[in-house]
Amino acid sequence: MTPSGRYGEFGGQYVPETLMPAVHELERAWEEAQRDPDFQAELRRLHRDFIGRPTPLTDARRLAEAVGLRRVLLKREDLAHTGAHKINNAVGQALLAVRMGKKRIVAETGAGQHGVAAATACALLGLECIVYMGAVDIRRQAPNVFRMKLLGADVREVVSGSQTLKDAVNEAIRDWVTNVRATYYMLGSAIGPHPYPAIVRELQTVIGVEARAQTLALLGRLPDVVSACIGGGSNAIGIFAPFIADTGVALRGVEAGGEGVATGRHAASIGAGQIGVLHGTRTYVLQDGDGQIAEAHSISAGLDYPGVGPEHAMLAQTGRARYVSVTDSEALEGFRLLARTEGIIPALESAHAIADLRALARAHGAQSEVLLCLSGRGDKDLDTVIAAAEHVPGAD
Amino acid sequence: MTVAAPTGLERIARAFARAREERRLAVVIYLTVGYPDRASTAGLLRAALDGGADLLELGVPFSDPLADGATVQRASEVALAGGTSLRDCLAEARGLMAEYDAPVIFMGYLNPFLRYGLTAFARDAASAGAVGVIVPDLPAEESADLDAALASVGLTRIDLYASTTPEDRLARLVPRSRGFVYCVSVTGVTGARAALAEDVGAFVARVRVHTALPIAVGFGISRPDQVASLRDVADGVVVGSAAIDVVTNAPRSEGQRALREFVASLVAAGRR
Repeated sequence: MTPSGRYGEFGGQYVPETLMPAVHELERAWEEAQRDPDFQAELRRLHRDFIGRPTPLTDARRLAEAVGLRRVLLKREDLAHTGAHKINNAVGQALLAVRMGKKRIVAETGAGQHGVAAATACALLGLECIVYMGAVDIRRQAPNVFRMKLLGADVREVVSGSQTLKDAVNEAIRDWVTNVRATYYMLGSAIGPHPYPAIVRELQTVIGVEARAQTLALLGRLPDVVSACIGGGSNAIGIFAPFIADTGVALRGVEAGGEGVATGRHAASIGAGQIGVLHGTRTYVLQDGDGQIAEAHSISAGLDYPGVGPEHAMLAQTGRARYVSVTDSEALEGFRLLARTEGIIPALESAHAIADLRALARAHGAQSEVLLCLSGRGDKDLDTVIAAAEHVPGAD
Repeated sequence: MTVAAPTGLERIARAFARAREERRLAVVIYLTVGYPDRASTAGLLRAALDGGADLLELGVPFSDPLADGATVQRASEVALAGGTSLRDCLAEARGLMAEYDAPVIFMGYLNPFLRYGLTAFARDAASAGAVGVIVPDLPAEESADLDAALASVGLTRIDLYASTTPEDRLARLVPRSRGFVYCVSVTGVTGARAALAEDVGAFVARVRVHTALPIAVGFGISRPDQVASLRDVADGVVVGSAAIDVVTNAPRSEGQRALREFVASLVAAGRR
């Protein structure tokens, strides 16, 4: 990343003038916080005592055998407090907001995982929390809506556009523009204008730092491949980051192929998008020939976003990481596979990375040792999986 | 001897100068192209000019207008559902150019311009007779590519400044402005409001220190009395959402007349 927030030709700060002072203020506050030992110590304390870090590394032997790989190591973000990696970012940004003197937090959410994490962090630190959520997502993620309200958040329904995550981001940004002086925007993924991709990456890098040390302790060597699912890409950049300089380690991101990339109903921004500007950053974007943003489609609400973090765009363009996709029905198979082989019910997001393991074995060889980020737990997805089973023969 | 056609900057300057000579505020009207439908747009744009608008902003509809309030969001959705593209917006400008002298500015988000190609857009906008472009999600730091494309064909990008813009930033950026300076009167998105921010006068004065160009105030202005309150503050006003609301609230056959009368009431309210 360059000082202006560029990742190669990607990234940048494409925001209305009203917000330019706010993103500059955020840049300065973040730089100071990173240099402040007290901030870092408080973050480490909350990692340990509140989130439950370090999360374990599970040697998934029956899964590895089932998919034809020598070894699959699962980094267990599903065991973090609130059941997903999103809490790492939310707690860190909430601490930053407190440091900046902002008492009012706005956030967007798709599946509700970031919304729950934001509401949790705000409850912990005594901050007002407003979560924007698309009307469609509110319907398909009712348990998370209840959790957010229980935690004291004000959940606001977004009825504009496609009524999903991208529209929730638009509405959160509109709130931020309107209330910019007193409000902190807690963005949930490694997307948006600089410095958000850098902040979210740094706060999620704890995943990769722990996993790298745990893998070295277990195997005495680095993994051959690091794999993660990608929507905006926050869990993936978190686990990739400490391995980017290890050129012998392959990085593999798994996008949501929805009903199949050829159908046009998918969320594979890197695989099938074009370079554009969305939500303040230059990256790969799903769009039509007129530059209108396309609706993303995925069975997993957390991957249902028509863009991707700018650092992933650069890693894809330079070839340092490889990005593939799996369909909704393949992800459902991955969901069941992990449940039955390891006794772990994964989030549908993470199930995409599980579902890709057989293709990964073909690409990298059966002797490969794989580190996979299990970004979240699947309890929130049971209704979706039950509904899908009614439509897909043999999917129970 | 042939006389060179006036440049875009000259036409903007002339529009503001004429308003000043008539001792009134210049009125800039924004309308979303393709709202309420493609066929109505040409008549509505002409109605705004016949009502006395000095400049027109042609809104290029975008799927994710994050600096806009509910009115422009809805107008954009309707326009896109009707198939309106940037190409259609260029065609509307070309039609107006043949009949009117008023400067036309495109206002739209960056991605449709990027997809069209910045060089191709600048060329086609110039040949359609437009004078400039306003891109609300393109701050000065990111505008080098578009500025270069526009400069090569004599078009200009109009910068927006906000009351949150700090002094050192105004001092650095405002002197680089061309055409006119657009001051955002409220912290927030576009849309009609009951009251303007109390500090708008102070904000405009802060900007005025750094430029001799005319200053237009926009965002939130919806009524003649609000225009009147800006008579001694600014050189012009920009009205968008309220103009769209007038069209929305009028029976379809009355839209042009209602808009013409509304614009005329704004022009009258700006007389000093």
